[in-house]
Amino acid sequence: MTMTGAEIVIRCLQEEKVEYVFGYPGGSVLHIYDELFKQDKIKHILVRHEQAAVHAADGLARSTGKVGVAMVTSGPGATNAVTGIATAYMDSIPLVVISGQVPTAYIGQDAFQECDTVGITRPCVKHNFLIKDVHDIAATIKKAFYIASTGRPGPVVVDIPKDITAARCAFEYPKTIQMRSYNPVIKGHLGQIRKAVQLLLDAKRPMIYTGGGVILSDAAEQLTKLTRRLGFPICNTLMGLGAYPGNDAQYLGMPGMHGTVEANLAMQHSDVLLAIGARFDDRVIGNPDHFSSLPRKIIHIDIDPSSISKRVRVDVPIVGNVPDVLDEMLKLLDAEQAKPNAAALAEWWKEIEGWRAKQCMKYKHKKNLIMPQYVIEKLYEVTGGNAIVTSDVGQHQMWAAQYYKFDKPRRWLNSGGLGTMGVGLPYAMGAAFANPGKQIACVTGEASIQMCIQELSTAKQFRLPIKIVNLNNRYLGMVRQWQEMFYGSRYSESYMDSLPDFVKLAEAYGHVGIRVERPEDVEAALKKAFVEHKDDLVFIDFLTDQKANVFPMVAAGKGLSEMILAEDL
Amino acid sequence: MRHIISILLENEAGALSRVAGLFSARGYNIETLTVAPTEDLSLSRLTIVTSGTDEVIEQITKQLNKLVDVIKVVDLSEAAHIERELMLIKVRATGKDREEVKRLADIFRGRIIDVTESTYVIELTGSGSKLDSFIQAIDTGLILETVRTGVSGIGRGDRILKV
Ligand SMILES: Cc1cc2nc3c(=O)[nH]c(=O)nc-3n(C[C@H](O)[C@H](O)[C@H](O)COP(=O)(O)OP(=O)(O)OC[C@H]3O[C@@H](n4cnc5c(N)ncnc54)[C@H](O)[C@@H]3O)c2cc1C
Ligand SMILES: Cc1ncc(C[n+]2csc(CCOP(=O)(O)OP(=O)(O)O)c2C)c(N)n1
Ligand SMILES: [Mg+2]
Repeated sequence: MTMTGAEIVIRCLQEEKVEYVFGYPGGSVLHIYDELFKQDKIKHILVRHEQAAVHAADGLARSTGKVGVAMVTSGPGATNAVTGIATAYMDSIPLVVISGQVPTAYIGQDAFQECDTVGITRPCVKHNFLIKDVHDIAATIKKAFYIASTGRPGPVVVDIPKDITAARCAFEYPKTIQMRSYNPVIKGHLGQIRKAVQLLLDAKRPMIYTGGGVILSDAAEQLTKLTRRLGFPICNTLMGLGAYPGNDAQYLGMPGMHGTVEANLAMQHSDVLLAIGARFDDRVIGNPDHFSSLPRKIIHIDIDPSSISKRVRVDVPIVGNVPDVLDEMLKLLDAEQAKPNAAALAEWWKEIEGWRAKQCMKYKHKKNLIMPQYVIEKLYEVTGGNAIVTSDVGQHQMWAAQYYKFDKPRRWLNSGGLGTMGVGLPYAMGAAFANPGKQIACVTGEASIQMCIQELSTAKQFRLPIKIVNLNNRYLGMVRQWQEMFYGSRYSESYMDSLPDFVKLAEAYGHVGIRVERPEDVEAALKKAFVEHKDDLVFIDFLTDQKANVFPMVAAGKGLSEMILAEDL
Repeated sequence: MRHIISILLENEAGALSRVAGLFSARGYNIETLTVAPTEDLSLSRLTIVTSGTDEVIEQITKQLNKLVDVIKVVDLSEAAHIERELMLIKVRATGKDREEVKRLADIFRGRIIDVTESTYVIELTGSGSKLDSFIQAIDTGLILETVRTGVSGIGRGDRILKV
């Protein structure tokens, strides 16, 4: 029995157990949409803009670890998807994006809604395919899911010309996949792991620095075990929040540009640094020369060899999958009954507690003004620390990261690598579909939210009970902060006039809107949203202090020990 | 430092542009690039001459290995190897220059493969630097056209790059 290419596409997605496809139809994917219509295993979520389709698929992936799937038409559908794809790529998120293409015979003729999707997306995908034969569909989609979800995850684009979705052939979904050119390493090199363990045991000022790789590989449990076993201090990058309990005493907070004093100084002054699934980003280590100016041995566990020794020279590279390598380390520690250097460690903790005593995250309340940090603290209390929190990009993102203490992985969804304004609401949508019954908060700013505001319509259609926490400072706050600090307070184009009335806007879409202007109303508004309107989308517009800035801060090009603190100003 | 990097990759549409795109996107330089299918038509062999510090070359090899279409990568210049490039060069050959050019071609073991009343086409193979020397040796005023294939290379003895 033969099937059309379109039917095969849908069958493949069913074989991959895909529950949700986020997408938007158009000419070149009409055959596929017709097949979608004829089945009920896969639910299609019609978004209002293709960028949001990819972000929503990405949000689903981040909150579950599953591969997110989006579908778009050729030309403008595909180009609208590019920001979403690049965002997922920078944060190593597994996605399969299916795009329609003009019929094979028209390719290269500037046909209606033609664009070189494979060419445009090449630099921002893990891999991409243009299918030229209906017989190749099943194997290609199998490969796409395999590549997206294994090794260092990432988005894979599958571009399918319209005629291929009409052509027919027999369908058989491959059970396994073997690629001679793609074989990610899983197990770490035992000799290297042994060396690493010895270094850790001999360390006098050890520090553990972990990132997105721990979340992506679901290794929070092993990480917690290892960290407690060693008694070392630990920090999680912006992408790694929740990998280690944010409320634990060994946890020093986030490192980097807006990291804590104790995390940054412990990174800087450590004599052995254990980096796990983190890539020494410029927002984390600041100036690499400054960082390398102190002697320190670095152990780096990463599944992608190119992440190792890219920005900082590493002494003990371990290529492998985080949970596998950590299991191996724990085994070695148990076998040797070995203990770290207790006296040195006690000394080191004393120093760290000195830094911690600075309480760098303290902020001043101002009379009659809502401090953004306070909103996040209250959000944490009202949700019991159990919400999935998404954010957009800007100051509000940093405050959410700093003041919501994530105790579990996959609860914090944000765009770290590309820093894409507009992800917050679609991420919350993806998370809401994949985690029914969970509290979902989208922390955003009045500028970011407007970049995908149209999705309030999608959220209404599917009754998604998202709580939008808008920290409305009437400024492109993060831009304003840089202008205040480094451009003589010349606020060039960072003030946004004529903002919409967000309460009315929310209501226009059929949602609940609340405006909060006084600090004493913050908690009640949050409770109203999360309790009284548990099942509704609530847009809470908090008018916050316009002058609040994010601290501590390591200015661009500076070293980790050169932080600017709130109290310095 | 100059490096010769050999790559085995899937002989598939777009594979070459992934490699070339990687170099431009990450700011690595390409001096020459050659590519052709091997005896196994599903495989292409690509040779890139590039330069950079040890750290840059390490990143180049890692990034190349990360491309899904790339099967193997070897830095040929790390050990004993042979490099060859082919050049066709068309020169003005009139009067006393005719003899002079022929003599020079002989010294470099070039072959004259096309002759007209006023021109020669000389075929020359060798390392990139040998071809450079030939161009330097000949009076630039005489050169009408040059075309070079770019370097291809192979390891000596037991060094074999195969799937
Ligand atoms: C406004 C703004 C401010 C920011 N400020 C900060 C800041 O102060 N502090 C901060 O930390 N970040 C900050 N960032 C984020 C920053 O830009 C980077 O995105 C982030 O630091 C990178 O996190 P990561 O090192 O954990 O790497 P990720 O991007 O999460 O990369 C994950 C790493 O893990 C590896 N990996 C993946 N899977 C596995 C596996 N199975 N096994 C082993 N390894 C694996 C990958 O190869 C990769 O190297 C900021 C971003 C924005 C937008
Ligand atoms: C798509 C996009 N354009 C521009 C930027 C640069 N940028 C980073 S933060 C920011 C301001 C965000 O303003 P808002 O959403 O109100 O957040 P706030 O900083 O005020 O909390 C801008 C413009 C970006 N990150 N993404
Ligand atoms: Mg703002």
